[in-house]
Amino acid sequence: MLMKEIENETRPRVLAISSGGGHWIQLLRIRAAFDGCEVTYATVDDGYAADVENGSFARIPNGNLWSVWSLLRSAFGVGCLLVKLRPEVIVTTGAAPGYFAVMFGKFIGARTVWLDSMANAGGLSSSGRKAMRFADLCLTQWRHLTGDNGPHFRGAVFNSSALT
Amino acid sequence: MIFVTVGSDTPFDRLIKTIDRWAFENSRRDVFAQIGRNAWKPQFVAYSEMLGPHDFKRHVNAARVVVGHAGMGTILTALQLNTPLLVMPRRGAMGETRNNHQVDTARELECIKGVDVALDERSLIEKLQFIDDAKNSVSISSHADESLTSSIREFIHRHKQS
Repeated sequence: MLMKEIENETRPRVLAISSGGGHWIQLLRIRAAFDGCEVTYATVDDGYAADVENGSFARIPNGNLWSVWSLLRSAFGVGCLLVKLRPEVIVTTGAAPGYFAVMFGKFIGARTVWLDSMANAGGLSSSGRKAMRFADLCLTQWRHLTGDNGPHFRGAVFNSSALT
Repeated sequence: MIFVTVGSDTPFDRLIKTIDRWAFENSRRDVFAQIGRNAWKPQFVAYSEMLGPHDFKRHVNAARVVVGHAGMGTILTALQLNTPLLVMPRRGAMGETRNNHQVDTARELECIKGVDVALDERSLIEKLQFIDDAKNSVSISSHADESLTSSIREFIHRHKQS
């Protein structure tokens, strides 16, 4: 028991957060990045909990740019989760809930990673461009979108050029 | 079964109307569509507004071929489950997404084996005529590039150790 407590003290507390659908699938595909961490996964539908049976799971309200009300609710839900979990590191694949997590993460002293969705091959997403102001590490999944001050390219959730 | 999906965000009536007309004209009873909330309702094909994550995966797995919007959820699920895929991207100018990113995605991913792209309804109808010949997509591993995960892992542990 004591060993376990000591172990948890040295394991970084990580919040891995995204909206549903493709954002969530991309977050699952980078799970190996959270090895050795005390990770909580957060997304917008309880149905996704089965995907992370070995990690703790939290549901947050979804928000999207079509509806201001949904954005406010999502921001509030994400804010409450951050206060409760106090993560040291936040990693997100977007979209709106991830943006709120990266922005509020600043206030609680968390370090943050924004991984822009692979869907954005023609330019960083609008939430990604906003998140870049707050995120400590901003990544794109397309080499041609790399900029001097970010976003950076370190690889993608799958290697499309190897599949042709 | 041909599984048609528009994803969980907003309806994509242009896709569903085209599929519905094609299925009616060709007496295709083997089409099932997920159409989104507040969408145009198909006259001929069976449909559901939304599917939970588990049911969505089950349909993609059971399908002979998936016809969908060019969303990453649809594309990654089909590739992970090795199901052939035909996508028509949503267009920003038509209010189907906020920008034209699905057209960019479709163009970049078109080169992948087993992923076919129809940029408009006419092209979709043409490609649907050969839908029964669709070849299996390549299967992809369940993990991202090692270079990506190791960079993020390194970032997470960098300060903790110092």
